Amino acid sequence: MRPSELAAESFKSYPPKGQALAVANLPLLRDLPLGFVPFLLKDVQIFDWKFPVEQAEMTNQLAYLSKLWDTQRKREMEPFAALKLTDKLESADWVNEPAQFLEKLSAHLWATQQMDVFRDASESYVRKFNIATPPAPLIAPRLGIAVFGEGVSATQYNLFRKIKRSGVYFSNVNPENGREAIGEALKARAARHKIPYAHWCVDGADMTMALPGFVCVSYNGLTGVRSKLAALMLKAYEAPKFDPEQLRSKLAAITPEAVGLQDSGDGALDRYQLSLLTEGSGTQIYSTTFVQWAAREALRRAQPITLFTRYAPRQKERTMNELLSGVEKKTASDPEGSLIDGDMGAYYTWINMQRLPGAETARFLVWFEGHAEAVVIAPGLKAGSEDHSSINMAGLLAKLA
Amino acid sequence: MPRSVSLSDASPREIAAAISRSRRDFLRQATGAALLAPSALRAMASSSSKKAVVVTFGGGARDDETFHPDGQDNIPHMLAELAPRSTFFTQVINRGILGHYVATASLATGVYETFNNFAAVSPGNPTVFEYFRKDLKRPASDAWVIAPSNGFNGIGESVNKDYGKGLGAGVILPKRLLAAALANGAGADFNHLLQDNYESQAFSPVIGGNDVELKQLADIFKVSVADFITHAKSLASPDELSVYIAKQLMKRLAPSLLWITLHDIDVAHSGAFSLYLDGIKRSDRLCSELWKTIQSEPEYANKTTMFILPDFGRDSDISSGGNGFQHHRTGDPTSRTTWMMVLGPGIRENHVVERPVDSTDLVPTLGSLLGFTPSLCHGQPLLEVL
Repeated sequence: MRPSELAAESFKSYPPKGQALAVANLPLLRDLPLGFVPFLLKDVQIFDWKFPVEQAEMTNQLAYLSKLWDTQRKREMEPFAALKLTDKLESADWVNEPAQFLEKLSAHLWATQQMDVFRDASESYVRKFNIATPPAPLIAPRLGIAVFGEGVSATQYNLFRKIKRSGVYFSNVNPENGREAIGEALKARAARHKIPYAHWCVDGADMTMALPGFVCVSYNGLTGVRSKLAALMLKAYEAPKFDPEQLRSKLAAITPEAVGLQDSGDGALDRYQLSLLTEGSGTQIYSTTFVQWAAREALRRAQPITLFTRYAPRQKERTMNELLSGVEKKTASDPEGSLIDGDMGAYYTWINMQRLPGAETARFLVWFEGHAEAVVIAPGLKAGSEDHSSINMAGLLAKLA
Repeated sequence: MPRSVSLSDASPREIAAAISRSRRDFLRQATGAALLAPSALRAMASSSSKKAVVVTFGGGARDDETFHPDGQDNIPHMLAELAPRSTFFTQVINRGILGHYVATASLATGVYETFNNFAAVSPGNPTVFEYFRKDLKRPASDAWVIAPSNGFNGIGESVNKDYGKGLGAGVILPKRLLAAALANGAGADFNHLLQDNYESQAFSPVIGGNDVELKQLADIFKVSVADFITHAKSLASPDELSVYIAKQLMKRLAPSLLWITLHDIDVAHSGAFSLYLDGIKRSDRLCSELWKTIQSEPEYANKTTMFILPDFGRDSDISSGGNGFQHHRTGDPTSRTTWMMVLGPGIRENHVVERPVDSTDLVPTLGSLLGFTPSLCHGQPLLEVL
């Protein structure tokens, strides 16, 4: 099927809002090349379960493309139209299974050495779209707080090596009541700005404090879901003939209810949590990976103005001799490794915050929990500097104001 | 199209500055090396007694965690012991598919292979092992591959009609060997250990060893199953097992062409940065061990050239289509660019080659070094080490 053959009936399997969006933009979709339109449809198909910011962005994107003059749009789409595809790809069901189509397209682009061309074209497209559609100003500067280090009394690891280049390194923090001070600051912020999905908390174990007004996701809160998914994957591996394609399709088709995600009444949040485990790599096994990926996806998708992440000790990777000897069956935790994971994860959260609107006013606090070391990034603070004076958590939080 | 497909203009200047530091500068500072003048090239003298050991990291490693200032703590052996003895190529570009099996196959054929990374198939183009054995009329015992997982079992020989069957290298898959041994009575919770592939959660075939593998133990290594398991129990990782087997091969058969692909680093796909660093540190130590073995084994000392290179890098921290070190999916310059060190008799020590070279240049370089002609490969010999 060619995009030009699209009709309103083509989208009858889509949920209501996504279907309406596709039908309303039918002339546009018909005019786009096959190397591009499935990327839009992948998002349109799950439009009903997207966060408000994502829905607005999707609508803006379609409006941006519609408003382009025909010649402009042709020029914009030229690199995508020039991609050499195969008959097999062209005959695939890219309308009803856009995600599966894109996996195959990706493999094809790699195999035919067209990936670099595609990446350049994508970057150019997004750049132009961002310039043409400036984001609305933020209601408050974006704030990120990351804590890690539970279970570690001392470390030789060079903590904050990357992140401190962007902010001030504090070496003499009084850790007393630090977590409580952070909690109070977060609660006050959510009370000041009561906006859906604007405040997020991701915890690597269980939620350690109540945060009204926050969307909260925790690793342990999804234990049952992780177990069900693991069982499903194990069953696929142990089948007489393992079929990776089939497993991918199965994972993509899983609904929250099927893996016991309790209906929170929030389809977007349920699907988000499920996607962390079905699309993330390592999120099912390591709580530190879960926190980093959940933070990344929350920022990318919901664009919260507040994000609090806490890394807890993940399970230990057992060495070959441990596994072979069969001793130490009980899963131990790895606090020191988790500290290193959390340090890098916090750095990645800062980078991901920098990709969002308002990057120049963003604030970030990262703290070796219970210890004297922290880094604060905020406008007006000198990047790459150090402060060895005594300070408590309230003092650090004041620097974020 | 989601915004996340591509790079953002909003990347912080600090980050850009940190990674824009030239490879030439950091490597020269790291190794204290001088640049190699093209005029200083030495003529190649082919010798039938020459041997080559190739070590690839089948889990890509980034500069950031290796030779970049931030990463040098992770590679004390390569930095202090090996790099000063090597000619160091700072820019080895992989222009092919960034999947470990297909990329390793491309390194071995000198042609960018285009098969499905997750399919257990043999390369379409002749491998370095076939060129070596056919041109030099070498026996099967003279070329060996030690590779991490089931997917690599086709890497020893291609399906090319003029080469292929019977002309390739022997392939040992240590984890499969272990699976075969364990299946004979040493049951334990080893499923996780035998995990075959980190690249895709949807691709993790069960590793099954068989009697052929067990026969290898007896015939080649002269080791009983029980002794093999006992030794495996003293090792921390599959890569340590690979190096143990490499040492046994060197002792028993002394192959002239030995290719070892390490894979522990690829645990990075699980997203745990500390485990990725552990993998790099282990690879660093194992490379040093291999070099020492080469120096101490009479069959290898003073006639062996060692090549060490990751098959490619991993995604950049700032490439928004990826997730930093975790994967190698974007095809950005960081994921395509890596390094290579070459050590051995006649190789200029403490020299840096900063011109970009290609991953496919490895095979013709081995050809010039050992005296065979890889007629179908696409790369060019690296004259700086010939």
